[in-house]
Amino acid sequence: MAVVGKAVKRKEDPRLITGEARYLEDIYLHGMTHIAILRSPHAHANIVSINSERAAAVPGVIGVFTGQDFMDVNPLPCPWPAGGVDNNLNTPRALEVEKVTHVGAGVAVVVAEDRATAQDAVELVDVEWEVLPAVTDAEEATFDGAPQLHENAPNNVCMEWDCGDQGGTDAALAASDVVVRQRLRNQRLIPTPMETRGCIAQHEAVNGEYTIWMTSQAPHVHRLLFTAFIFGVPENKVRVISPQIGGGFGAKIFMYPEYVLTTALSKKVGRPVKWVETRSENYIATTHGRDHVTDVEVGANRDGTITGLKVRTYANLGGTLSTVAPGIPTTLYGRMLSGAYKLPNIYCHVTGVYTNTGMVDAYRGAGRPEATYVVERAVDLVASELGLDPVDVRRKNFVPADSFPYEPSDNLLNGLSYDSGNYDKALDMALEMTGYEDFRAEQAAARAEGRLLGIGLSTYIEICGIAPSAWMFGEGWGAALWESANVRMHITGDVVVTSGSQSHGQGHETSIAQLVADELGVSMDQVHVQHSDTLGTPFGYGTYGSRSTAVGGVAVWRSLQRIKEKARAIAAHEFEADVEDVEYVVNDEGVGIVQVKGAPDKSKVVGEFMGIATSAAGGWDLPGDMEPFLDETAYYDPPDCTYPFGTHICIVEVDAETGNVEIKRYIAVDDVGKVINPMIVDGQVHGGIAQGVAQALWEGAQYDENGQLISGSMMDYAIPRADLLPSFELGRTETPSPNNPLGVKGAGETGTIAATPAVVNAVVDALSHLNVRHIDMPLTPSRVWETIQSRSNGGNS
Amino acid sequence: MWPAEFEYARPSTVAEALQLLADNEDAKLLAGGHSLLPAMKLRLNEAPLLIDISRIEGLGSISNNGLLKIGALCTHAEIAASADVQSSCNALATATGMVGDQQVRNWGTLGGNVAHADPASDPPTVLVAFNANINIEGASGSRSVAASDFFMDLFTVDLEPGEIITSVDIPAHPHEGCAYVKMPHPASRYAVVGICVVLHRDGDSYSGAHVAVGGATVRAMRSPGAEAALRGSSLDDDTLDAAAAALKDDIANDLIGDMSFPEAYRQEMAGVYLKRAVKAAGG
Repeated sequence: MAVVGKAVKRKEDPRLITGEARYLEDIYLHGMTHIAILRSPHAHANIVSINSERAAAVPGVIGVFTGQDFMDVNPLPCPWPAGGVDNNLNTPRALEVEKVTHVGAGVAVVVAEDRATAQDAVELVDVEWEVLPAVTDAEEATFDGAPQLHENAPNNVCMEWDCGDQGGTDAALAASDVVVRQRLRNQRLIPTPMETRGCIAQHEAVNGEYTIWMTSQAPHVHRLLFTAFIFGVPENKVRVISPQIGGGFGAKIFMYPEYVLTTALSKKVGRPVKWVETRSENYIATTHGRDHVTDVEVGANRDGTITGLKVRTYANLGGTLSTVAPGIPTTLYGRMLSGAYKLPNIYCHVTGVYTNTGMVDAYRGAGRPEATYVVERAVDLVASELGLDPVDVRRKNFVPADSFPYEPSDNLLNGLSYDSGNYDKALDMALEMTGYEDFRAEQAAARAEGRLLGIGLSTYIEICGIAPSAWMFGEGWGAALWESANVRMHITGDVVVTSGSQSHGQGHETSIAQLVADELGVSMDQVHVQHSDTLGTPFGYGTYGSRSTAVGGVAVWRSLQRIKEKARAIAAHEFEADVEDVEYVVNDEGVGIVQVKGAPDKSKVVGEFMGIATSAAGGWDLPGDMEPFLDETAYYDPPDCTYPFGTHICIVEVDAETGNVEIKRYIAVDDVGKVINPMIVDGQVHGGIAQGVAQALWEGAQYDENGQLISGSMMDYAIPRADLLPSFELGRTETPSPNNPLGVKGAGETGTIAATPAVVNAVVDALSHLNVRHIDMPLTPSRVWETIQSRSNGGNS
Repeated sequence: MWPAEFEYARPSTVAEALQLLADNEDAKLLAGGHSLLPAMKLRLNEAPLLIDISRIEGLGSISNNGLLKIGALCTHAEIAASADVQSSCNALATATGMVGDQQVRNWGTLGGNVAHADPASDPPTVLVAFNANINIEGASGSRSVAASDFFMDLFTVDLEPGEIITSVDIPAHPHEGCAYVKMPHPASRYAVVGICVVLHRDGDSYSGAHVAVGGATVRAMRSPGAEAALRGSSLDDDTLDAAAAALKDDIANDLIGDMSFPEAYRQEMAGVYLKRAVKAAGG
C-alpha cells in the first residue's frame, strides 16, 4: 500500500479548483489602506524635485511620501555578493532618492482609502527630471564613453568573476584539430507568473510588531532580510505569511522595494497597507532573467573528442542589484559548464554589468539554463564542424557511468562532484522513443521535397538541491542553506508536519505527505503539511533551485526516524521488552505498528487513537524520564548538491516560406533520482518544457535605445500557449542520488534547463543544408525567414 | 488597472444615445468594451461619460434577404456561429472566429470592432473584400459608407463624434469560394498579416477575384494589382506569383511593423498568404 512512487492526487487541488484558495489579493483587513507608486518613466535620470501638493489635496488621500521619508530604512541587501560585488554595491531603496537607473523605479507613493483614489492621485505628483543618456546592452555598457550609472562602478562593471584554468584551456585549444567560435545571445526573459506580486503589512504600535502577508517563495528569508538587514529589529518583531501563491519561477524569492515600502508605510500611517502589482508594473519592476552575451570557443579533435571549452560572458544585471543577482551568472552558471561531458580543460570569465534596465536575477533554472545552452550549442557546433552525428559527439564525451562521483576538471565545481548518473542510458531511451534512425531517413526524404525537418538534442545535467552551507559560504553566499522540519504525531494519531520550505505550485502538501504516510504507516488523510508562515514553522531558506525535497524532504525524513525510535521505546516499555527487540514496521495494509520481534501478539498500531501516539501524547506511563509527545525537529545540511540529467529531443518543421517553426514532437527522458509522485514530476517537466521552448521560439524582453521596455505587455511579449505545443512524450530513468537517504535529486527546473537548446539545435539542424550554423533566440518567423533568405541567396555563415 | 473616473449612461434607443452624444462632448460609446475598457484601465484613454449602447433593442440581429445585414451589437461569437453568415460570407465567420479568445468573442461586437479599426484586427479585411457597407446614424440622419472608404488609417475611420454604427451590410455576392487566412502574432494573436480572397469562376477560368489585406498595413485595403493579375486566369503558379508581386507593390507605402515582425517581412508574407488564401478559397 506504499504511496511513494504513485501518482497520488494532490491534496491542495480541491481548494485551488473550487476557487476557495486565498491569494494575497483576497485578503482584506479592517482599516486597510491602499497605495499607488509613482514609477520613473525614464531609464536614467536625476530627480531634481518632487511636488506632491496636488496629489495630497485629493479627497481620500492619506499621505504622499518620497524617498526622503524613508532615509531611516536601510537600502535593500544583496546577500550573495559574488565576485567582489561588495566594493560597488548598488541596491534599491524603498523609494529612490537622487537618481533612477531603470524605467519603473519607484520615487513617490500615495496612500489612500482605496486603490482607485491612490491611482488618480499619483498621476498628480509632479516630478522634475534631469534625463540622462541610457545604455541597455551589457557589453556596450563597458565601453569607454558609455553612460555611467553608478560612481563606484567605473565602466558600469559590477563584478569580474572566473573559474577553471585559463592557461591550460588556451593551450588545449591551440593544440586542437579544430576550434569553433560562436557568439551566443541568451536573451532577457520576463518570468510572468500567473499571479503578480503583492504585500499587505500591519504594524502594531503597542509592541512594535509587523505582520506581513506577501507573495514569497521564501518567507523565512524575507523575515531575515526585514529584521537583520532592513529594519534592524529582532526576529520576533516580524511575522511573514505567504498565502496561496500563484507561481513564482524564482521572481518571488527576492526582497523588493515595494515590500519594504509597504511595511514601512504601515507604521507611518498606523493602518494596514496593501499593495498589489499590476501586470504592467510586473513587467517593468519584477526581476527579469537570463540576458547574457557569450563568446564560446570549443576545441576538438577530428574524432569528436572535445579538448577544451572557453567561455567569455557579459551578464546584464540591470540598473540596481537584486537580492542574489551576482550569484546567478557566476556560481550557478560558470560551475555548470562541463555539462554531461568529461571536458579536460575549461575556463569561464564573467563580467557582471549595470545597465539602464530592470533588475535581473534567478528565473527558473537560474544560470543553469544559460550554461546548458552554451554547452549543448557548443557540442552541436563541434558536430557540425566535423561532419559528425551530434549523438556520436555526445556519447564520445559523456562522463562514463562508472566514473561517479565525478569531479569536473580544473576545480570547476570548487570541490563538489557529480553524484551519480548514467547518461548513455537516458540517451538510449530517448533515441528509442524517437526512432532516431528512422527520423534521419524521413528528414532526407522531406528535404528532397523542399520540406525542412530538423531534430535537436539536449543531453543536459543540472545542479539541484542547492545547499551545502559551507560550500555556498565559500561562493560568497552570506547565509546558510540547510532546511528544517518538525513532525508531531497528535493524540488522535494524525500527523502535522511543519516545514521551512514553501510551496507555490510544487505540491509539497502531497509529496511530503506521501513520504510521511509510507514511513510512519498512516494514511494520506492523516498527514497535514503546513508551511509558509514564519510563526509556527521552523526556519528554512525557501523554495528554489529544485531543493525542497532533496534538502527539506530529508529534514522531514530525519524527524520521522526520531519519531519511530521514540515509538519503539514507548512500545518496549508497554510490552516490558527490550527496545532492541521491538521493531517499527508498516504492514501490508500500510499501517504502522510496533511489535516485539517474533511475538505477533505483542504489537500495537502507532497512528490511531489509543495507539502509541496516544500513549506518547497522554504521557501517563512513559519509560524513565522520557518526555511526552511524538514531536521531533530535525535539520539537514547535505554534503553536496544533486545532479539530475537526461536527454530531451525536439523535432521541428520549419515553414520555408514563412520561417515559422512548428514543434512536431517533443521527447523528454529525465532522471531526477527517486520519484515520490510521478504525476507531480510530469507536471513540473511539462511546465518547464513549455517555458524552455518559449525562450527558444517566442519570448524576449526588448528595450529600445532609451531604455523603454517595448515588450511591456502580453500584447508584445509572447508567453507559451498550449495550442503551440505538441503532447510531450515523457520517459524516465531512475538513478538514485547517493547524497541523501531518499535518493531524490530534484525536478523543478529540468524543462527550462534542457528544452531551450534542444529546440534551437533542431531548427539549426533543419537548415543545416543551407550552411546555417546558428541563429540567435528567439527564433521568430522573421528571423528564421531572413536566415533562409540570406543563405538561399548564396550567403554563408 | 484602474480607469480614471467616468459617468455612465444606458440609453434604450438609438435616438436617446444620439442625444447623449450630442449633449456630452468627448463621451464614448460602450458596447462589448473589449477595446475601450483595456485602454481606459491602462489610462491610455479617458472619457467623462460612457454611453452603454449594449442593450439597445434591434441592433443585435442577423438577417439575410439577399443582403446580409449584421447588427452592430452582434458579437464575434454570434457571427462566427451564424448559418446565414457561413452560407453567404464564410470568410467573415472564419475571421470573427479568430478574434481573441472565446471570452473576447462572447463580448466583443462587430460595430465596436470596426469603429476601433485596429489595423491588425481580422473582420475589417473581410468586410473590405466583400464590399460591405457600414450603416451609420447621426443627428442629421443616416448614411452608409463603403468599407474600403470607412477604414482610413491606423485607428481612424469615417465616423463623426456624434454618430453611431448601427449595422453592417454585405451585398449579395455570388462566389465560387472565399477564405480568410492569417499569420497570428505569437503574443497578441492579432494578424501579422491577414488576407481575404473571394473567387468568381466563369467556366474554366476565374472571371474575377477580390483581394483584401490587413495586419501588414495601416488599414484593411483592397489590392487592385493582385485582383487584376488573378482575373481571367486559371490560378496557375505563374499567375499566383504575379498576383503576390502585385499585392506587395500595392501595399508598399502602407506597411506597419513591430520589433518581431518588421515591415519588409510582413510585405513578403502578404504575398505568401495571398497564395494560401487562394488555395483555401478553392482556387
